[in-house]
Amino acid sequence: MDTLNSLVDLQAGTVSREIFVNDEIFRQELERIFGRAWLFVGHEDLVPKPDDFFVSRMGTESVILTRDRQGKINVLLNSCMHRGMKLCRSDGGNTRAFTCPYHGWSYSTDGRLVETPGELVGVPGFATHYRGELDKKSWGLVHCPRVVNYKGTIWASWDAKAPDFEDYLGGFRIYLDAALDHRDGREGGSEMVGGVQKWRVKCNWKFAAENFIGDLYHDISHRSVDLVGIGPSGGKGRRDRPRGRTTIGFPGLGHGGLAELPHHAEPDYVATYRNHPEVEEYYRQVHEARVRNLGDRLRVTTGTGTIFPNMSFHGRQPRTIAVFHPISPTEMEMWRIYLVDRDAPQVVKDVARHYYLRYSGPGGMTESDDMENWVYATEASMGPVARRFPYNYQMGAGHSQPIPELPGGFDGGEYSEQNARVLYGRWKQLMEGGDWDALMAPGSHAAMEPAHG
Amino acid sequence: MGEVMADDRLSAMLLEHEIRGFLHAEADLLDDRRFPEWLDLLAEDVRYWMPITRNVRHDQSALEYTREQQDSCWFDEGKETLRQRVQQLQTGIHWAEEPRSRTAHLLTNIRIVSALPDAASAKEVEVRSRFLLYRNRIHDETDILAGKRLDHLRREEGGWRISRREIRLDQSVLLAKNLTTFF
Ligand code: FES
Ligand SMILES: [Fe+2]
Repeated sequence: MDTLNSLVDLQAGTVSREIFVNDEIFRQELERIFGRAWLFVGHEDLVPKPDDFFVSRMGTESVILTRDRQGKINVLLNSCMHRGMKLCRSDGGNTRAFTCPYHGWSYSTDGRLVETPGELVGVPGFATHYRGELDKKSWGLVHCPRVVNYKGTIWASWDAKAPDFEDYLGGFRIYLDAALDHRDGREGGSEMVGGVQKWRVKCNWKFAAENFIGDLYHDISHRSVDLVGIGPSGGKGRRDRPRGRTTIGFPGLGHGGLAELPHHAEPDYVATYRNHPEVEEYYRQVHEARVRNLGDRLRVTTGTGTIFPNMSFHGRQPRTIAVFHPISPTEMEMWRIYLVDRDAPQVVKDVARHYYLRYSGPGGMTESDDMENWVYATEASMGPVARRFPYNYQMGAGHSQPIPELPGGFDGGEYSEQNARVLYGRWKQLMEGGDWDALMAPGSHAAMEPAHG
Repeated sequence: MGEVMADDRLSAMLLEHEIRGFLHAEADLLDDRRFPEWLDLLAEDVRYWMPITRNVRHDQSALEYTREQQDSCWFDEGKETLRQRVQQLQTGIHWAEEPRSRTAHLLTNIRIVSALPDAASAKEVEVRSRFLLYRNRIHDETDILAGKRLDHLRREEGGWRISRREIRLDQSVLLAKNLTTFF
C-alpha cells in the first residue's frame, strides 16, 4: 500500500483516489478510525423510556442503544457472545431483556439485576447441560466503554483511552451547540422529529463528510432547486441567505463547517417565514428572547458542519443531523434525523418539518442531486488508470487565517477547500495510528494549514 | 329484487373498470414523462404521503410506519411542492434526473375499498393497489421499488382527481440513492 504521505499530500493539496475505492484502506479505516473515534450513534429521543432500545451502527457493526431501568444509556454490540447471532433484528422497541433466537442466551441491561449492562442472565440448560460450569459474568454482551449524552445526541467510542467528548469537539463545539441549543440561546432544548431516514448510496462515505464540512463550491449541483425556489421566505433559492458565512476549520481535530465567525452582538432580526404569519411571529419572539438570554456572550449560527469522522449537521435551514455509515469502500448507508425546538408550537414544528423534507433526504429537492455526484465520482474513480490521478483540493491553500476567539480554528474565507484539507489531514493522522496524547496535542497540525499574512 | 342486485354488481364492475382505466392512464403519463399533465390529475388539496417503514416485533406493529403529520417520512407533499418537483425536472439541470430515468409503473391488485355515496353515482372512491416501480438510469443504475398504495379519488368537473395518495414502500432501508420519480 502507498504510504499515507503520498495518499494525502497536504502541501500539494492533493488526495489519492485510492482512499475512496481501495479495499485494504477501507479495512484499515474501520479499525483505526471507526474503532477509535467518537461516533454519533443516536438521539436520546429514540429511547425515551426505560427498556427502550434502538439499533444503530458504529462503522460496519450493529450496536444496540438502550435506556436501562435506571435511566442510563448504554451501547452494546449487537452480536450474541455464544456464537454470534445478531440479537436485535428489529430497528427499535421496548424490551426487558435481549433473548437470542439461536440457543436462547438472554442478556439484561437492568442495573438492579446485573452489574454490567448487557450481562448474561439466562442460559438454557445452565444447571444440566453446562453443569453450572459456565462463567456467566465473563460472557455478557460487549458494551461500549465510552458513551456520552451531549445535549440529547448520543456518542460512543470503542477506545477507552479516547479523550473526553468535549475535548474531542474542542473549539468547534460552539457550532454544534448552535444546532442543538434552543434558538433562543438556552442550552439543549431541541427535540428529534420521530423516525430515521436510512438509505444506501454507492459512494465512499467520505464524499458526504467532505460535502458538509464546507464545500460551498458545489453550488452548481443545486442550481435547479435554486431556480425553482423552495426557501422559507417563499420563492427564492433553496434557503434564505445566511449572514456572514465563511469556512471554519480545526486542523488539529478534523471538524469544520460553513458558518459565521463568533461575535458578541445579535444581528437585527430578518423576517423569514412570510407565508406563515404565526411562524414568523414565533421566530421574532425567539429572536427577542435570544437577545435577552445571550447578553453579550459569544455566539454563532451554523450552516453546515462535520464532526470527524462521519457525522454532519445543518444548524438552521434545514436543521438536521446526518450520519454516513461505511458499508464498503464504494457504498455507505446514510441516515438523517431532523430537529426542532422542543417547546415550539406545533405549527412551527410542522412548517419546519415540511421544509426539511423538501430539502433533505433521498427525496429532498436539494439533497437528491448530491448523491448523483458522490455516486458517479466514486464510480469514475475505481479504474486502475483513474486511480493514478489524485483529486485536487488546492483552493485557498495558504490563505487561511487563525480565528482569535477560537484557538486552533482557521478561517479559510467564503470559498475555500481548507476544510477538506482539514478532514483528510485528520484522517491521515488517525490512519497513522498515534496515541491520543499525540493526536490531541495542540500544534500537531502546524504544517497543515499555514496562515499567510 | 334480483335485477336490483344485478344492477349493483354491474355498477361496481363499471366503477372498478373506470377507476382502473384512470390509474393505468395516470401511470402512462408518468412513464411517458408528461409530468404537467400528470399534475392536472391531482386535486388542488392533494396529499401525497410516503411514511418510513420500520422493522418491529410482532406485538409492536403500531411502530411499523412513521406517523402522518408528526414524524419524518420519505414524502409529505401537497400540490405546490409536487409542482415544484415537476418544475425542477424541467430545468434540465436537476442532475439526479439528467439524463432521465426510464420508469415502468406496474400497477396491480387494484380494488375499490369504498365508494361514496354508492358505486352507481360515486363521487369519492378509496382504491387499494400494489405497485412495482422499476427505474433504470444511465447504465446499471436500477431500482426496484414495490409496495402498497392507498388512493382517494374524487370526481370533479373534468373527471377523476387524486385527492390523497399514501405510498407504503416495502423497504425499511431505502435501497435507492434518491427518490426523484413519482409513485
Ligand atoms: S448464538 Fe446466541 S445463544 Fe447461541
Ligand atoms: Fe449539496
